[in-house]
Amino acid sequence: MFAFLARRLLQALIVMFVISLISFSIQDNLGDPLRELVGQSVSEAQRQELRDELGLNDPFLVQYGRFLKGAVQGDLGQSYFFKEPALEVILAKLPATLELVFGATLLIIVVSIPAGVYAAIRPHSFLTKMIMGWSILGISIPVFLTAIFGIYLFSIELGWLPSYGRGELVHVWGSWESGYLSWDGFLHLIMPCFALASIMLPLFIRLIRSEMVETLSTEYVKFAKAKGLKKTRIYFLHALKNTMLPVVTVGGVQIGTMVAYTILTETVFQWPGMGFLFLEAVNRVDTPLIVAYLIVVGAIFVVVNTLVDLIYGLINPTVRLAGGDK
Amino acid sequence: MMMKKMLAGVLLAGALATGAQAASLKMAYDADPVSLDPHEQLSGGTLQMSHMVFDPLVRWTQDLEFEPRIAEKWERLDEVTVRFHLRKGVKFHSGNDMTSKDVKWTFDRLMSSPDFKAIFEPFSDMKVVDDYTVDLITKRPFPLVLNSATYIFPMDSAFYEGTDDKGQPKNLLKKHADTYASRNESGTGPFRVVERQQGVKVVFDRFEDYWDKKSPGNVDEIVMTPIKEAPTRVAALLSGDVDFIAPVPPTDHKRLKGTDGSDLITMPGTRVITFQLNQDRVEAFKDKRVRQAFAYAINNEGIVKKIMKGFGTAAGQQGPKGYAGYVEDLKPRYDLKKAKALMKEAGYEDGFSITMMAPNNRYVNDAKIAQAAASMLAKINVKVDLKTMPKAQYWPEFDKRAADVMMIGWHADTEDSANFTEYLTACPNAETGWGQYNSGNYCNPEVDALVKAAGSETDLARRADMLQKVEKTLYDEAAFIPLHWQNLAWGASSKAGISKVVNVLDMPYLGDLVVNN
Repeated sequence: MFAFLARRLLQALIVMFVISLISFSIQDNLGDPLRELVGQSVSEAQRQELRDELGLNDPFLVQYGRFLKGAVQGDLGQSYFFKEPALEVILAKLPATLELVFGATLLIIVVSIPAGVYAAIRPHSFLTKMIMGWSILGISIPVFLTAIFGIYLFSIELGWLPSYGRGELVHVWGSWESGYLSWDGFLHLIMPCFALASIMLPLFIRLIRSEMVETLSTEYVKFAKAKGLKKTRIYFLHALKNTMLPVVTVGGVQIGTMVAYTILTETVFQWPGMGFLFLEAVNRVDTPLIVAYLIVVGAIFVVVNTLVDLIYGLINPTVRLAGGDK
Repeated sequence: MMMKKMLAGVLLAGALATGAQAASLKMAYDADPVSLDPHEQLSGGTLQMSHMVFDPLVRWTQDLEFEPRIAEKWERLDEVTVRFHLRKGVKFHSGNDMTSKDVKWTFDRLMSSPDFKAIFEPFSDMKVVDDYTVDLITKRPFPLVLNSATYIFPMDSAFYEGTDDKGQPKNLLKKHADTYASRNESGTGPFRVVERQQGVKVVFDRFEDYWDKKSPGNVDEIVMTPIKEAPTRVAALLSGDVDFIAPVPPTDHKRLKGTDGSDLITMPGTRVITFQLNQDRVEAFKDKRVRQAFAYAINNEGIVKKIMKGFGTAAGQQGPKGYAGYVEDLKPRYDLKKAKALMKEAGYEDGFSITMMAPNNRYVNDAKIAQAAASMLAKINVKVDLKTMPKAQYWPEFDKRAADVMMIGWHADTEDSANFTEYLTACPNAETGWGQYNSGNYCNPEVDALVKAAGSETDLARRADMLQKVEKTLYDEAAFIPLHWQNLAWGASSKAGISKVVNVLDMPYLGDLVVNN
């Protein structure tokens, strides 16, 4: 177990190093940060002066070396726009994004498991056809369209849900202010969570259904049926458990992808999270922030995958973590 | 009895004068101000913030006249000196009294600001005469002293004195740094900043000691949220989550107009959108006839109608109506036949190939306009290789003059015609900074001389003559291809009297806003 985690940590460091190198080397193609900092009438000579001051005229290796030196000490540079350490800015926005991802994940779990299982057990029922038809639709509509349609219907026409932002927040700990603890904050969460879940939900329903169909045709399920076990026990205890193995693997990867999808969702709903921050940073060519975001997201991917591997071991004891117990 | 009636009348009048009850306003712009330091960045966002938190010496009215603010009155003493008499009894948010010392301090700080330096270049000094009188002194006779004075928002010199807890001087003016002035303010404006989460919201409170007791404004709290996405911004207004939004994209104008309870306010703007034809890159552009052919080939009225959905005014010159150099006769000149004839005359009947670049997120519908222009040029056999890109990448390309035809929009910081030529069509000159955005490399020493002379001509009628001559020359020589002036649009809930406080500068004077509950 310890060796496993140690190796994962090493992998994470390598991943982050590579990300930093790549994001650092593309930053020149992102545009000129100076342009976003100065007004239109500032002369080229003055811009060069500022560029010198920021160290943007140094050779690549000098700039990267300076960055690495800071990074080792946990300093990923200073955001031009926020005028604060980039890492702090991102970590301050992290709770907003995680709450969104958490809500969407919860929705996906609560909806996809019963729907997938039902579709597998009753493949020909009307409800199944509804579920499957809807999931085709869901998988093919881009998230910003779902989101804008949601805003149009529920905010403008019906007036049930707020159209943007996080609403009233309750301070929990550190920079974490939660929307789940106030009614207003909760209302603000509903639409963004649905919009974000709408991308992954169809995928999971289809995955669970097909895995379940396969499991239901295996010998041990037939045996259990022949033995006269209660149907619900067969479906939800024996079959579902085996169905969940690939689902958890895919799920781990997809949660990481979902963090990426928050960029779109957050932008449409003006959700003050990391994804929106990133898009804004790209627009403003706030390079330190862009680099820091990519590194943080890289770290999230590694952490999530490590957790998935650990959970995998719990669900299926036959799987041994490489380098783990004897 | 009589007495009683009169008293009642007086009381009623008093009640009306104080206006409606205090109200709060929720508003959404596409971005929030970068900094609370009014001298850090010369941008629309900063100036909008400045008009809320600070107050200028003078400001523009809706008809582009000057309105006294911190300066009560002014007079020209001689060719190079204008005397300003400051209002007495003006308090800063910190409680300090505002005097000429603060104005002088602010002026000196402006002179050192990289962004504002250019506007104050013609000035040499500000002299303090007494506590409430200052003299602004220019290096040479200068006609635009008042235009420049709209940029002087007195700051509280005592408040920005000393060092902050990081040991930096409080008056430090630095772009990319966490300075005291970028996070703390003490101005004389109608609103104080009470809470600010950058990129999330800014909360403003009405300043109870605001000097302008006559202001009808009744808004005592403003919550400003940046909403980047236009559809979300419009949705927030329609659903009642906010009361005031800007800008409103042309596609949503109809919808806002057609919805009860919300208003659309539009105004012809002053930002001109143009194409520049690079004479150093394309030999043919040196020929006046080819440039004219381009001007005749591009149907800019069609672009305004179809692409801008009427949200713009097709242009034939740089400066908009109302500016000193505006010439009524210089109209848009779409005429395909003439364009073809000119190309033939110049020997380019078979056309040629050029490259074109335009941003895709800087001006309203910029990429679409460029595409339309490219297809219009195909009709005179000019093949256009068009590339559009986000503004962040566009400006470095523009600086490199990376394409034969480049799009540029311009708004004159001085609200004056000469500014367009100085930056867009004057001979490029690294020393004076003129022609900094002249990617066409058009150069006509006569035009330069006229604009330079206009820069020190204090007789406004003669000055206007000069600037009009400039516009005519530029038109005749087709120095650039004018497209249109972008309109401005604000959306607001009907209970907010937005139309009275907005202006062509896009700096709503929210201190004077009346909201009826």
